[in-house]
Amino acid sequence: MTRAQAIPGEHVRIAMDAWTEPYWLAAKAGRLVAPRCAICGTFRMPPGPFCPECQSQQIDWAELSGEGVLFSFAVCHRSPFPGKVADFTYVPAVVSLPDAGGVRLVSNLIDVEPESIRIDMPLQVVFSEIAGGWKVPLFRPTRGS
Amino acid sequence: MSNPLYRKVAIVGVGATPYYRRGESQPQTITELAGKAILAAAQDAGISVKDIDGFAHYSGGGSGHNNFADTNLIMEALGIPEIGFTATLTMGGGGSAASIGLAGAAILAGDAKYVVSLMALQQGNNRLGVVLGAKPPTPESSFVQPAGMVGPGHAMAIMARRHMHKYGTRREAFAEIAITHRNHAMVRPTSLQKKPLTLEAYMSARMIAEPLCLYDYCLETDGAVAVISTSAERARDLRQKPVYLLGSVHGGRREWGRSFSWMNMPDDIFTSAGNLSIARLLYEKTGLTPQNIDVALLYDHFSPLVMMQLEDYGFCPVGEGGPFVESGAIRMNGSIPVNPHGGNLSEGYVIGMTHVREAVEQLRGTAVNQVKGAGLALVTGGPAPIPVSGIILGS
Repeated sequence: MTRAQAIPGEHVRIAMDAWTEPYWLAAKAGRLVAPRCAICGTFRMPPGPFCPECQSQQIDWAELSGEGVLFSFAVCHRSPFPGKVADFTYVPAVVSLPDAGGVRLVSNLIDVEPESIRIDMPLQVVFSEIAGGWKVPLFRPTRGS
Repeated sequence: MSNPLYRKVAIVGVGATPYYRRGESQPQTITELAGKAILAAAQDAGISVKDIDGFAHYSGGGSGHNNFADTNLIMEALGIPEIGFTATLTMGGGGSAASIGLAGAAILAGDAKYVVSLMALQQGNNRLGVVLGAKPPTPESSFVQPAGMVGPGHAMAIMARRHMHKYGTRREAFAEIAITHRNHAMVRPTSLQKKPLTLEAYMSARMIAEPLCLYDYCLETDGAVAVISTSAERARDLRQKPVYLLGSVHGGRREWGRSFSWMNMPDDIFTSAGNLSIARLLYEKTGLTPQNIDVALLYDHFSPLVMMQLEDYGFCPVGEGGPFVESGAIRMNGSIPVNPHGGNLSEGYVIGMTHVREAVEQLRGTAVNQVKGAGLALVTGGPAPIPVSGIILGS
């Protein structure tokens, strides 16, 4: 069986601005964080200059457990880099973060047979290196689940 | 609800180039494709191309995101002497239907008399299916692109999966949508796909982003469609039977606006087509209900989103789109015939403007697959980033 793989990191590039940089610096250090409004406590993702609820610009960066819950997913068999990388199986996934008010990340599931993936399954973050020495959070099924 | 546009503006001319497979429209240029469609629309209306004095674009005016059929170049190419209006709806294909509303606003304001709404698409190497992956990363896209979400289909697959999970929707429903579109397209000379599509062929087709297979994706097309609108008074003196604009809504809610990007929509919006708020406003503005609509031209870039639009526009209850479609409801003899032209899925994909063309032909009574006595047509744009849009046209 084909297991879901990570996207080859050397082809993955990110850009950042003043509001998203703390997220990526934390990820580089192997920590999953999310921006929480320092005034009203609402989480938002991705990080941005205002709280959409109260328009405050003050942020607390909450340290998360790295636990996630699968909200939905697709199973892809075509290379996202045609001509550069041969076809492989990868799983784009939308992952809810229970300890960040349920905000979601768009990520990939790895180390899992696509046939065994179920919506609502518990997940755990892992970090994977990409271009420029940065890291992206990926998810794998929680062991023993 | 106030609706000053109601029956004050009419579509009087429609023109199009042939539809080509991606890349096969060359060596024609994009301005040439646009020009040919506009000339055909002017001839259809019985006006001189030099009477055109307004342009109402959508998709940021950037047809196909990369190539531009810009007002400046079109005016120069066709010798259009002077215009009083040129504007575009923002973002992408979600604005297609409401480009007619934008034209209507210009006409009602007295800024222009004959306004062109247009899409000219020449994909070449700029394939829209992978447009998201082809762009350099931005701070915003960096929260999506690293997951290999290179095209809109990946997001749509994830939304469709959630709909299946919540409501028990089956792939057979998506197959029925794809096959119905193919059946409609097969008898149309303009169609790019005329080969029959069977359930077996659908089920054994290559998966692109599961649960979506090849046939859930729209075609990759080059071509141009132009639509000319004018005031209801002027329309009555022109060659064609006027097709009146009853209402136009574009925009959408913030909860949907996040869909193409970060997928943080609330769960009920996640499994919608983002058109709920558009539908509500459109029905309020026109005083109509889904039961009044004779034919629905629904933006069909991906088959599951047709089903979700049927729910958004109230043709069936939310969550019941699958069984509704599987019952044959969207076929020519069903309760709401959908895309009798074969749509983006099987006729050709010109970012929604073929749907406006088909609505006009249905209401003139000249369509290839004519819905008998069609008097009211719904046309939608999107589901895409805001704006999404919907209009109702009437004979």
